[in-house]
Amino acid sequence: MLRGCADLLWRTMLIVVMDSALLVHRLHFAFTITFHYLFPQLTMGLALLIVVLKTIALKTGDEHYNHAARFWAKIFAINFAMGVVTGIPMEFQFGTNWSRFSRAAGGVIGQTLAMEGVYSFFLESSFLGLFLFGEKSLGRVGHWFAAVAVWAGSWLSGFFIVATDAWMQHPVGYKLGPGGEIQLDSLWGLLLNPWVLWQYPHTMMGALATGSFVMAGIGAFYLLLRRDEKYGRTFVRIGLLGALASSVLLLFPTGDQQGKNVARHQPVTLAATEGLFQTARGAPMAILGQPDTNTGRLDNPLLLPKVLSMITYGRWAAEVKGLNEYPRDLWPDNTPLLFYSFHIMVGLGTIFIAITVLCGLALWRGILYESRPLLWLLTLAMPFPYIANTAGWLTAELGRQPWLIYGLMRTEHGVSPHVSAGNALFTLLGFMGMYTVLGILFLWLVQREIAHGPEAAQ
Amino acid sequence: MSFIWYCLVALMIAGYVILDGYDIGAGIVHLFVAKGEDERKMVLQSIGPVWDGNEVWLLAGGGTLYFAFPGLYASSFSGFYLPLMVVLWLLMIRGISIEFRNHLDNAAWKPFWDTGFAVSSILLAVFFGAALGNVVRGVPLDQAGDFFLPFWTDFQPGAEPGILDWYTILVGVFALATLTLHGALWVRYRASGDLNIRAARLAKRSWIAVLLLTALTTLASFNIQPQILQNFAKYPVGYIFPALALAGLAGVYLFKDEMKPFLSSCVFIAGMLTSAAFGIFPYVLPSNSDPAKGLTIWNTAPAEYGLRVGLIWWLPGMALAIAYSTYMHRKFSGKVGTGGYGSH
Repeated sequence: MLRGCADLLWRTMLIVVMDSALLVHRLHFAFTITFHYLFPQLTMGLALLIVVLKTIALKTGDEHYNHAARFWAKIFAINFAMGVVTGIPMEFQFGTNWSRFSRAAGGVIGQTLAMEGVYSFFLESSFLGLFLFGEKSLGRVGHWFAAVAVWAGSWLSGFFIVATDAWMQHPVGYKLGPGGEIQLDSLWGLLLNPWVLWQYPHTMMGALATGSFVMAGIGAFYLLLRRDEKYGRTFVRIGLLGALASSVLLLFPTGDQQGKNVARHQPVTLAATEGLFQTARGAPMAILGQPDTNTGRLDNPLLLPKVLSMITYGRWAAEVKGLNEYPRDLWPDNTPLLFYSFHIMVGLGTIFIAITVLCGLALWRGILYESRPLLWLLTLAMPFPYIANTAGWLTAELGRQPWLIYGLMRTEHGVSPHVSAGNALFTLLGFMGMYTVLGILFLWLVQREIAHGPEAAQ
Repeated sequence: MSFIWYCLVALMIAGYVILDGYDIGAGIVHLFVAKGEDERKMVLQSIGPVWDGNEVWLLAGGGTLYFAFPGLYASSFSGFYLPLMVVLWLLMIRGISIEFRNHLDNAAWKPFWDTGFAVSSILLAVFFGAALGNVVRGVPLDQAGDFFLPFWTDFQPGAEPGILDWYTILVGVFALATLTLHGALWVRYRASGDLNIRAARLAKRSWIAVLLLTALTTLASFNIQPQILQNFAKYPVGYIFPALALAGLAGVYLFKDEMKPFLSSCVFIAGMLTSAAFGIFPYVLPSNSDPAKGLTIWNTAPAEYGLRVGLIWWLPGMALAIAYSTYMHRKFSGKVGTGGYGSH
């Protein structure tokens, strides 16, 4: 048994190393970006909630909210540091691992990446320094303004990154030069890409969901422990309102419109995310199932009849094209994982609405702070927005495959020609080791802050 | 248009090296000049609120390089794959060491991160210097403008060089000395008491090392990269850059207060970097064998529109960034105390 496992592991390693540098480069980016995005999704959401706390403190003059903000600033700072150090490799990797893509498209996406540095990182880092180190010297309004600037910087940064991704999903504002190189043709076209207009608010609402669920969850945890109860109630109340608003907005209009964008511009991806192999009028929506790409069938399906046609085209009888309509080499190359990612995202999103509506009603009736089952629910919900955000990005990026730039450059044509699988695996393993250590340190430091609590933070 | 962007990218790199250079420099001298918790804390407080903003110059500079010279970004980042990844890891260790150090107060935790901060800073200085050395020496570019360098081969800058050869190591050591001086001057300017005195002593010693290494590296560079002397012969106006560097180096020695020598060190760094940029022009990454294969500011640039429209948003954006940075440096200037606002 053990022998068999070791053998399997060895063969898998061999495939990873020998089969193709492409796979290692893809894993390299996937691993580093997935780990990285655990941190900005919290800081972007929390930045807005800290602004809310600071605004209440400024308006009411109630110091309690300033204390609450100071506690969250500590958690924010640890997350921000993790986000910064794991974020730098992201910009670099376009050049190191994807040089042919960078040479072809750098004139376009370099614009948005540079804008992120120039317009948001300077803003964010300067005002975060002021926010964390300068509360005494800035005064109440000045400190509130610093919080707003940090929020603005982090959400601007999100915009430029989503705009970069949106261009890879749906390239606009470019023309092809004489040698086939991709040239920027319209900066406004790039920034106002119809794709980014829905993907950006959808992504920000995802970040707000993470920040809000974490705030509400920590608050609920304090109430369960019967400690720091005044803070616990504040965190639950504000966190829950953020979670309710973001959960609803994630589904409608942002998620709905984003789905329509996919249907319009990436119909193959739509079919794959829904596990729809056969073209159908009145196509059903699959709630569960396992796509089998060999037989072209969704196993054990749990279907809602005609719903897919309705939500995609607004008519119960509309025709939705299945995967079988398209040549195999245009299918997203990991259709099953794409199907699961999408369904995990949508499933969790639906559960978030149920949880927040339920807890919202209890809050309105004034029984939430005493209801231990609901407090447990909020506490245990904390990891799930992270999973939903990660699954959402997996859906977007696996759905873009087999293209690196949709319709323009296939993924295998973008990789660095001279960086061998061996060298890429060397650095991938390095990142894995480094991030394991960082992840453990991070969890430990954050749990220390939570254990100290907001009372001790003063 | 490409020429304007060449100057702006050089400016960004100089800005990064000057600003994050004093953070790195503070890290290099950290263990040598700061004895005991109070002094260590002073060093970290002197960079605490600003180091992250300084590091942004690297990201913004990288982004600028990306859209202004995508061909260079693609070629150099993939060719220098291994050392860049090491630099990324070092930047991570450096950032985490600064940020996590003050979360726990015990006899194992703080010295551990102090060492992490110091070692990563020392290696960063050497690697950044070696990177510059590689650019000046040139790399084995193929027809498509690509290359890949191992860490080392035979340590000779010959036909099949590695990242590290005697020349690039020399530039790395030079960078280490320069940032040691820069960091010591920074710490002297921001600190008081014994720390101030020790930093002043280290600055004095490293100044001599920088002087000697400047001469040595300059001579070696003339030997390795003939383009430099050709450029100075062709455009004598370029002598302004080495003159700037020499003036900076003299200023470090001559000024008697604490701020001006640090500013002189900034001038020295800017002078040396612009001298190098002037020396290899019009190349941005020369070939080490066939000049025709070298990457220039023209064959790595994108179409005109992107560069033109880039200028429109880039200039006001950087003006804002410089305004924030100036405000931060004014806000957190003067001598650092040992308690109070510096810890979070």
